[in-house]
Amino acid sequence: MTKTWNNRAWFMVLPVLLLVAFSAVIPLMTVVNYSVQDTFGNNVFFWAGTEWYQDVLSSDRFWNAMGRNLAFSAIILAIEIPLGIFIALNMPRKGWGVPICLVLMALPLLIPWNVVGTIWQVFGRIDIGLLGRTLAAMGIDYNYVNDPFDAWVTVIVMDVWHWTSLVVLLSYAGLVSIPDAYYQAARIDGASRWAIFRYIQLPKMNRVLLIAVLLRFMDSFMIYTEPFVVTGGGPGNTTTFLSIDLVKLAIGEFNLGEAAAMSIIYFLIILLLSWVFYTVMTNAGSEK
Amino acid sequence: MARIDLEHIRHSYGARPQSDADWALKEVHHTFKDGSAYALLGPSGCGKTTLLNIISGLLHPTEGRLLFDGNDVSTLSTQERNIAQVFQFPVIYDTMTVYDNLAFPLRNRGVAERDVDRRVREILEMIDLSDWAKRRARGLTADQKQKISLGRGLVRSDVNAILFDEPLTVIDPHMKWVLRSQLKLLHGRFGHTMIYVTHDQTEALSFADDVVVMYEGEVVQIGTPDELFERPKHTFVGYFIGSPGMNVLPVSVEGAQARFGGTAITLPGKPRTPMGGAIELGIRPEFVRLGREGMPVQITKVEDIGRHKIVRARLQDHEIAAIVREDEDVPAEPHVAFVPEKINIYAGSWRVAFEGESERTAA
Ligand SMILES: Nc1ncnc2c1ncn2[C@@H]1O[C@H](COP(=O)(O)OP(=O)(O)OP(=O)(O)O)[C@@H](O)[C@H]1O
Ligand SMILES: [Mg+2]
Repeated sequence: MTKTWNNRAWFMVLPVLLLVAFSAVIPLMTVVNYSVQDTFGNNVFFWAGTEWYQDVLSSDRFWNAMGRNLAFSAIILAIEIPLGIFIALNMPRKGWGVPICLVLMALPLLIPWNVVGTIWQVFGRIDIGLLGRTLAAMGIDYNYVNDPFDAWVTVIVMDVWHWTSLVVLLSYAGLVSIPDAYYQAARIDGASRWAIFRYIQLPKMNRVLLIAVLLRFMDSFMIYTEPFVVTGGGPGNTTTFLSIDLVKLAIGEFNLGEAAAMSIIYFLIILLLSWVFYTVMTNAGSEK
Repeated sequence: MARIDLEHIRHSYGARPQSDADWALKEVHHTFKDGSAYALLGPSGCGKTTLLNIISGLLHPTEGRLLFDGNDVSTLSTQERNIAQVFQFPVIYDTMTVYDNLAFPLRNRGVAERDVDRRVREILEMIDLSDWAKRRARGLTADQKQKISLGRGLVRSDVNAILFDEPLTVIDPHMKWVLRSQLKLLHGRFGHTMIYVTHDQTEALSFADDVVVMYEGEVVQIGTPDELFERPKHTFVGYFIGSPGMNVLPVSVEGAQARFGGTAITLPGKPRTPMGGAIELGIRPEFVRLGREGMPVQITKVEDIGRHKIVRARLQDHEIAAIVREDEDVPAEPHVAFVPEKINIYAGSWRVAFEGESERTAA
């Protein structure tokens, strides 16, 4: 069979290209544009080269926020991935329990970010919140407004509550795709519960877990709404993550150039780390 | 190594079996003798895999008991029953190497690493994958995977029985032959009770001491290949074993004679009991004589299959097949006659014994 080559076929992808251009590339380029210029208002811009980048990269404020971001993402992944897998492993595979579990799991995912924030903001308040008052009644000194540790715990618990379901659902999808024959073979071979997990379930979940890790990493690294609503970045700067800082910089201080440079750096870091996760995880499963 | 008794085993996958059709296994009551090799033969969906899974404990039967060497194991787990099973669809642990795949069942049972190594190397040799030992199992071809699957079934030497569920389907004919001989050798050496499921009757007949034929959730006959050939207990066995299958003709029986159309056919004896159901006569193509005597037929087709010819003909309104030697001439006005001792009579599809026949074959 001979293939006909027709370069006009490229026109077929034109609509998608346009769409991507308008939705992603052009906005991104404006940011790039801002990041290399300076302005004193009145729409007068002049070339600033890499100055903004140097400013951002040499500021403690940026690196502190970055540190908080990395710590937050690491904690989130360390909790949500194992917890999600654990819950998925214990969910029923068939019967009437399946739809109930799935709906329960999907529920937190359907709630908008700021609502989640508001729920927890109220829930945790020591004057009227159920959680805050209960903890206070138990003699635990909990106050997310004043205590950085409590603020962190609150934000983390909130994220775990909101997003572990995603990991659960993805892992579950991986688990149910394993044919029965594997479990039967494992029983014949006398495999322990752990061996079944290690050699059958985990390899089969590999792909979906990769997606889960990437999604949860990107999303937690970009965390904004929840801490913004609950702690407003405080107490002090202890829950000021990059995204919150970015907004402060751009809108609060109207420092567009620096904010733009920071956006680009932020974006590149996410891209880089996602790529690292991707390569590491795909290589871990394949041939040596 | 154990004798396996199945006592009135019935199994239904549904919760509340109502009609006959709900039972995947209608009733199996049978003993697999210690150290014998059995072939389990039957059409798709007749319950072969179900039966194996019940023996290995992957399934618990709806009704009935299972004994190993006289001990009730019905409630024991797969692990406690210590059975090796090779599955119909090869299962491999694809993140492990070929070597580790084979070592897995041994290591799980805490076998010393020195013995593991010895056994695994033996098996690798046998399935001809020694050069692949260090390779990850993921990228292997379908037949290599099936060999690993088979190897894992053979690697433990202390098992009560080894169950094979069509273990060689995707293996090429030569390797199939090699592996089958290896299995026979292994059986001779260790004397495991072996049950071997297959669709392929040559495979079954060459592998087994006894062949178990299943049909629609029931064991219809157990016997040596000769018994299945000469005295099929059910017309299904007649069709299923042999190529072409047994000819079955509707007849009526009076004393030691059967009537087919207007013709009387001499039987080897008088059927023992009065019979209910449709009466049929079964005769294998090998025992149909084509000549100038007997009932007239019209020949429709002659197939040459090497040393023999299969002659297909119409006998009144029925198709009949005969096997004749290659050099034998087909007469101009052909007639067929049946070798009387080779005739079987069926009532409602089940064979009826003749008077004076020994219990062994009538049972
Ligand atoms: N897990 C199951 N759930 C419900 N019905 C099943 C299940 N497994 C098998 N059956 C049914 O039980 C009957 C026997 O199936 P079984 O798999 O034992 O047949 P088999 O003889 O092994 O067939 P094959 O030669 O195709 O492997 C079939 O009618 C099948 O549809
Ligand atoms: Mg089967």
